[in-house]
Amino acid sequence: MSKSKYSPDSDGYYGEFGGAFIPEMLVPNITELRENYLKIIESDEFIKEFHHLLRDYTGRPTPLYFAKRLSEKYQTNIHLKREDLNHTGAHKINNTIGQVLLAEKLGKKRIIAETGAGQHGVATATVCALKGLECVVYMGALDVQRQAPNVTKMKMLGATVVPVESGNKTLKDATNEAMRDWINHPDDTYYIIGSVVGPHPYPDLVARMQSVISYEISLQLNTHIGRSFPDYVLACVGGGSNAAGGFYHFLENPAVKLIGAEAAGKGIDTPETAATLALGKTGILHGSKSKLIQDKYGQVIEPYSISAGLDYPGVGPLHSYLQSTGRCTYIPVTDQEALDAAMELTQLEGIIPALESAHALALLSKQKWNRSHHMVIILSGRGDKDMDTYSKYFSHESH
Amino acid sequence: MNRIDELFKRKRESVLSIYFTAGYPELNDTVHIISGLEKAGADLIEIGFPFSDPVADGPVIQASSHRALENGMNLDILFEQLSGIKATSSIPKIMMGYFNTVYQYGIDHFISKCATSGVDGVIIPDLPPEVYEREYRQLFEAAGLHVIFLVAPQTNPERAEYLETLTKGFLYRLSMSGTTGNAIAGDETWGKRSNGKPVLIGFGIHDHATFELACRHANGAIIGTGFIRHLATLEEDRLSKKKIDGRKKDRETKERSEDRGREIAEICKGFIQKIRS
Repeated sequence: MSKSKYSPDSDGYYGEFGGAFIPEMLVPNITELRENYLKIIESDEFIKEFHHLLRDYTGRPTPLYFAKRLSEKYQTNIHLKREDLNHTGAHKINNTIGQVLLAEKLGKKRIIAETGAGQHGVATATVCALKGLECVVYMGALDVQRQAPNVTKMKMLGATVVPVESGNKTLKDATNEAMRDWINHPDDTYYIIGSVVGPHPYPDLVARMQSVISYEISLQLNTHIGRSFPDYVLACVGGGSNAAGGFYHFLENPAVKLIGAEAAGKGIDTPETAATLALGKTGILHGSKSKLIQDKYGQVIEPYSISAGLDYPGVGPLHSYLQSTGRCTYIPVTDQEALDAAMELTQLEGIIPALESAHALALLSKQKWNRSHHMVIILSGRGDKDMDTYSKYFSHESH
Repeated sequence: MNRIDELFKRKRESVLSIYFTAGYPELNDTVHIISGLEKAGADLIEIGFPFSDPVADGPVIQASSHRALENGMNLDILFEQLSGIKATSSIPKIMMGYFNTVYQYGIDHFISKCATSGVDGVIIPDLPPEVYEREYRQLFEAAGLHVIFLVAPQTNPERAEYLETLTKGFLYRLSMSGTTGNAIAGDETWGKRSNGKPVLIGFGIHDHATFELACRHANGAIIGTGFIRHLATLEEDRLSKKKIDGRKKDRETKERSEDRGREIAEICKGFIQKIRS
């Protein structure tokens, strides 16, 4: 997409949000990336290779599925964008394929990444195996314990998984450690950030890589319903990459209403929450200015959500901007609402969603919908990784 | 005149700056450490204010920050501690920390507190110089507060020149690329001086040999991790583990504070001697 009012300016700002708040040691790496990313990702060679891999390796385009029974229940027309059917089970691989190609073009030999639940870590380890590149994934020590199957996958794929013992030992700390690794390896290393967060140009780069989601939706809707845009797009937001990708090509069309679901955890009136856009104040973390859950002295507060992919204390600067301009609405969804929505989709449509995606599905019961409207819900990932959580929930429910 | 400028006017060789994390090992050690270092012959003090996510720091300073926050350190307490020794301490002081804590405190509020607490300079590693210049420079300069910038080994010459022009007081030149606390080898490029501004070498300086190495090439050096390691040998709070009789509490707290001060003064003295020897 060409420059729009929703693209960052040359310093990486979306309105007052974004920028590159990085120590001097990272300036050469970020400058190299900033000066080259558009040139590379807009080149014919990159586009050809990217789309070849998305099609033949990842399995794109992913289907846009009309969910008939769910639509009947909510008296509207619901289309599910099936990112769960991507190779490795989530939208994360769209971004890692793009960034690993970019890293290759920049001549980097070593790839690092952070991961929370392990989905981005697996997607990064996968593309590194594909390209024969060294891969180091930083993962909070607590998450290493909680997400054992994904740790095994990353190791099978040849990645080194480094358990991070600092801070609270989760995603935020893994991100800190990945940034330190990058500072300590300024020459040969490329950092694949997994969401639309981090210093400029990462938020823009990752949004562009994920924009394939809304690009396909547009084409598929045209075939299915004879117009290229829906009335609504619904997506979950942690850092916000699947939402950024799902909203991207509709941002400038005011007929499309865009709604993001944040993880409220046990509720936004409790301390156990990750609803950054509902509760956060403007601050600086991991290289950009955005909304941030923090105390009055600017110390970052550890977030909570049942979904390991959404418990991040910040959010991509694009989303802070879209909220501030009123272009998008963000609604907090609790653990319980997400679990109920996951169960509903499973029983009505035979699709077990990831807990993250279940937050987007939970938006359905939050308002009345118009019978003639068409909405797209981004089903960002599949539920395989969440079976432990689901089984605990159902054993509890059955008592 | 800013005391950092006074220092370099008086002394151009072997300037020793020591970093410590405020609130570590204990919340109220700030004053003891500053006066201990001042008496022991440090030239400059960098007071680190802790942040939950210190990405430019290695494990030792990270752990000290984490501990300082657990101890309850925040900018209000720190400024109060600094105000308390303003009259008796004349060593130039630099506040060092991450931008989000300053941003939440309020830039104006932070600057005015620095000015009234005897702070001479500020280092904020994740505040980009371009943003500083555009949005905050006038405020800092109006208050006579020096903002010091870092130059890394891989900083390109054009940018290095820009940073050297922008920095006030001295230029903070990194000995190597990396987080704090890594090992170093000497580098002839350290010696590069420009604009006549003094240069201090930081990161990886931790003993007499590395300090000497830095001083051969520049005006002096900054030690952080090495000093924090040294402080870590301090005993944990002994009195807090004892039951203190309510009536004796005030007297014991005062005694305890004096003991603690002597203990820290010894540690500072030992450390500076080891570096300067």
